[in-house]
Amino acid sequence: MAQEHAAPIHGEDEGTTTGLNHRKMLMWAFLGSDCMFFGSLIATYLVYQGKSLEGPLPIDVFDIPVTSISTFVLLMSSMSMVLAYSALTKNNMKGFRIWMISTAIMGSTFIGFQVYEFSSFATHHVEIDCVNPGELTKYEQHIFDDGCSSGEAHAESHEGLKPQTNLFGTTFYTLTGFHGAHVTLGVVWLLSLLLLSFKKGVITPEKNLDVDLAALYWHFVDVVWIVIFTVVYLFGVFPGF
Amino acid sequence: MSTFPISIPRPVHPTGIWNWVTTIDHKRIGILYGVTAFLMFLSGGVEAILMRVQLAGPELDIVSAAVYNQLFTMHGTTMIFLAVMPLSAAFFNFVIPLQIGARDVAFPRLNAFSYWTFLAGALMLKLSWIGGATDAGWFGYAPLTSVAQNPGTGIDFWIISLQILGVASLAAAFNFIVTIINMRAPGMTMMRLPLFTWMSFITAILLVLAFPVITVALIELTFDRYFMFNFFNVANGGSVVLWQHLFWVFGHPEVYILILPAMGIVSEVIPVFSKKPLFGYKTVVLAGAIIAFMGWMVWSHHMFTVGLGAVANAVFTVTTMLIAVPTGIKVFNWLGTIWGGSIRFTTPMLYSLGFIAMFLIGGISGVMHAVSASDAQQQDTYFIPAHLHYVLFGGAIMAILSGIFYWFPKYSGKMFNERQGKISFWLLMIGQNVTFFPMHFVGLDGMPRRIYTYAGNMGWDFWNGVATGGVLILLIGFLLVMDNIGRHWKNGEPAPPDPWDGRTLEWSIPSPPPEYNFEEIPIVRGLDDWWATKQGDSYKEIPASGGSGENGHNIHLPQPSYWPFVSAAGLFIAAYGVVFNDLLIPWGLAAIGLTIGFVGVYAWSLEPVNDPEEDSTH
Repeated sequence: MAQEHAAPIHGEDEGTTTGLNHRKMLMWAFLGSDCMFFGSLIATYLVYQGKSLEGPLPIDVFDIPVTSISTFVLLMSSMSMVLAYSALTKNNMKGFRIWMISTAIMGSTFIGFQVYEFSSFATHHVEIDCVNPGELTKYEQHIFDDGCSSGEAHAESHEGLKPQTNLFGTTFYTLTGFHGAHVTLGVVWLLSLLLLSFKKGVITPEKNLDVDLAALYWHFVDVVWIVIFTVVYLFGVFPGF
Repeated sequence: MSTFPISIPRPVHPTGIWNWVTTIDHKRIGILYGVTAFLMFLSGGVEAILMRVQLAGPELDIVSAAVYNQLFTMHGTTMIFLAVMPLSAAFFNFVIPLQIGARDVAFPRLNAFSYWTFLAGALMLKLSWIGGATDAGWFGYAPLTSVAQNPGTGIDFWIISLQILGVASLAAAFNFIVTIINMRAPGMTMMRLPLFTWMSFITAILLVLAFPVITVALIELTFDRYFMFNFFNVANGGSVVLWQHLFWVFGHPEVYILILPAMGIVSEVIPVFSKKPLFGYKTVVLAGAIIAFMGWMVWSHHMFTVGLGAVANAVFTVTTMLIAVPTGIKVFNWLGTIWGGSIRFTTPMLYSLGFIAMFLIGGISGVMHAVSASDAQQQDTYFIPAHLHYVLFGGAIMAILSGIFYWFPKYSGKMFNERQGKISFWLLMIGQNVTFFPMHFVGLDGMPRRIYTYAGNMGWDFWNGVATGGVLILLIGFLLVMDNIGRHWKNGEPAPPDPWDGRTLEWSIPSPPPEYNFEEIPIVRGLDDWWATKQGDSYKEIPASGGSGENGHNIHLPQPSYWPFVSAAGLFIAAYGVVFNDLLIPWGLAAIGLTIGFVGVYAWSLEPVNDPEEDSTH
């Protein structure tokens, strides 16, 4: 009976009304709540899409190939997480640890990419040849108009994209920053579980709920990124979408 | 506790104040919630009295305009977040496990954390009176909350304490969703759940989905204020209407978060004192679910005068009128329950009947400003406070008082004075109508809400004087309620287990319930099972041995813990660190608080529910 151990903590799910574990149900409720959290942030982003009064805009700063790589790494980390859980249930502790480390490394790689991306956006630097400018975005045209009016050879801007720069900066950094914070928390969680697995009897093929919950969270954070990548990056650069 | 590097002995059998600090018993946490929330309710009441005194006559100068702005903002925030919500939470905590036949909630320590976090947020908000409280109205419209308009710390306190209260509400909501789905006694199917539990379940789902929206809105506001982001900065293209949308997408479900538990209480009290099963149980459940669902489709009726356009206003007019339908269904179900019943007009019953009458008036004025054209005349006039006080005071508070008296024998183990209870009911009933009904008149007469004074030639002074007089009647009524409860909690007659001839499981156990609630887990065979059991239906006798087959001595309950309190204390310190982020080292205090919170949560997650050495059966 669930009432005997009011909060089973070791992953037994016998004795609950539905047969589902309490903590797993809590995790699903939390993920539902987190959906509304990211939903509100994405809604804010969409409401302000195209409303920035000045650049840089998505088309100026986004580097789709680079972000595609980090997206790929994050997606692969989900696979690695599945393999870790699978190895655990098959009592392959070595495999479990290897795949957990690999998941954490891929998560950290994604964070590394994000740090790089944020800093390169913040220092985004435009230099335009006034004689032969080529095809310019709206933002670059603006710099061209400002800087090339009196016969200079180049026009340049070191303004970059900061959260304070325009609405795009404000909404972009907030949305992706909170996603990054979720990934960071996930990495800490995975590493904690990895350390705990060296303590005897804490994580075993039978007591796998802790890993199961971390995996659920990890996959959720991954799915959120797919939405962000599509809505923010792809829609931002390919206006035909 | 060997897994955590800091070795702190577990509070196994604490006494005195540590008993309360480390308790994870849902009944004690319920009492903590109730007492704290009632004190907060009183503080909100003092704010209301000061406002009414200021408005008693034209051009009075008892409080300044600045203080008046803080008074109405703090009054609204207090009553919603620190009084009605946690008073409902007090009932969730105390009643739900008893009604579903469980020995505790699914996550006892999370429950304790939820209380201490609530207390942290409440203290934080109330302490902001020192140095100037928030003054932008309880819905904090941008740009009144911007640094340019409002440079003081009042808004910061408001933001951070609402975030902390959000954490508390979410923790409680997760807990009760899991508890209600997963800890029901054998045979307690979803469609046999008592109505209060059902409505609490729906409320918890609303909380889980609605609170993240206000969290995001407040985060955006925080970033605007602290880091000069552009969310609500019109100069850089930001839109103040975005705040309104985010706030009311949260704010309208919040209205149902306030009223659904109240409807649940009324649906418990009326059948018991009419000696009839609830008329149309399934309809009432379904109506509650539909209200919760439709509650997401009406938020823009708070924004009819913003200029969203004719189509938006028309759509939200229609959805708002539609939501009156399931609410009306409930009213008819309650009336159908009373009809032909053998009615006992006890104090809790009177409060529930008062709820129906007052909520009906509030509902009718609500339908009036559901019409966007009509609302254009009523927006920001005293007609709105009149409406919302009929649904929140006449509705939520009356139902909560009904619950306070209905379950008083259960949580205190004593009986209150019925005569005194009835007198206080009539005082509150008359007092609220004298206070709030005249607001309809001055509102339709054009008196704006949230003004600190008015000219004598506007024709508003008579009804304002009457309303202020009504507050004095309310004050006497509440003093009587407090006296009744306080005195009889201490020295009342001992209460029998089932003083009201109840229908639900909480009345099948002693008053007050033992720590383990049920000696044997009951087996439930139908709706209102305890009632049927008492009628002696042959197939519904009390099971000789319930699911567990254990007796009271062997029941092992989860043990007390320090960590929920430590985690909440860390949050409290961190919150102060955010408001005063330039103290000594920038963000130093916030970092200290977060570290304490993090250590608390980490130690908590590594702490077993029961220490193995204390655990004889595992």
